[in-house]
Amino acid sequence: MSTVWLVVVLTSAGTLALKAAGPVLLGGRPLPERLSGVVTLVGPALLAALVAIGTFADGQRLVLDARVLGVAAAAVAIRLRAPVLLVVVIAAAVTGGVRAVAG
Amino acid sequence: MAGSSEERSYRHGVTASLPLSVAVFGFGISYGVLALSVGMGSLAPTVMSAATFAGSAQFAAASVLGGGGSATTAILAALMLNARYLPLGVTVAPWLEGGIWSRLLHAHLMVDESWAIASEGQGRWNPRVLLAAGAGIWVAWVLGTAIGVVSGDALGDPSTLGLDAAFPALFLALLAPQLRSQDRSTFVAGIRLGASPPAVAALLGAAIALVLTPFTPAGVPIIAAGAACLIGLRRRL
Repeated sequence: MSTVWLVVVLTSAGTLALKAAGPVLLGGRPLPERLSGVVTLVGPALLAALVAIGTFADGQRLVLDARVLGVAAAAVAIRLRAPVLLVVVIAAAVTGGVRAVAG
Repeated sequence: MAGSSEERSYRHGVTASLPLSVAVFGFGISYGVLALSVGMGSLAPTVMSAATFAGSAQFAAASVLGGGGSATTAILAALMLNARYLPLGVTVAPWLEGGIWSRLLHAHLMVDESWAIASEGQGRWNPRVLLAAGAGIWVAWVLGTAIGVVSGDALGDPSTLGLDAAFPALFLALLAPQLRSQDRSTFVAGIRLGASPPAVAALLGAAIALVLTPFTPAGVPIIAAGAACLIGLRRRL
């Protein structure tokens, strides 16, 4: 199986397991408070890491390039409550535009 | 006249999710375009949207693969982002009826949006609203992805278009609403910090990822950043 399909199959199976663990296995019992306090913070930690890597990493090097301006423009758009699709388009347009100008 | 309460619940689920479905449709298009741009092909992202049905995790997997990460790191990053579905599933569990297949279907159609729409407050959830809203959002997500992978081919070189910057922009848009919290301060190792726990976790996660980037294979810094969630262990002293 190719890498991509392996990711598709295993991510799907794992996600369903996470979604269904409560409804199928736990019945109506609550999750221990210590565990839920930790689990709710995984999202912000990973998303911020993805923002940082996507903005500054080029392979294993950290660089400053046109992406920084694109993501900064996206941050302004998010602040102004723009819809997600518009945020993504702005980031791509600014980054692509800066690259075209800078050559 | 309005039908039975069951019918009303289904209808409420569909109407309440419609504006979100429009947004999810656009979100699906951007996922299709970006997944295609990192070499996932066109069939795999569409199948993944139908079978995984979790936006941020799918973007994360595509982002890790695009950055040269292995299948293992891509899967781990995606599943860690989906860890939040464990507590969400626990909250709806007592309100679900029926056998295992019905429960699996409800669980699969549970995403942040359908979960929020089905919430009736005071810890109550309406399973029919969850099912109807989830189904509407699922159709929008899969259809959007399919259109994205088809139109992505016509767009051209991803780097010239700045599509690589679309990934972090999208993750920032997903992160922003998660930073809101009732807690204004966080205790880490007994020290009081003047920021909410999600904000501290986010800053710590980004710092871990950037520090590790030069020394570890692609994708590993993102998974390691998950360790920042451990500050939640001692939130209330």
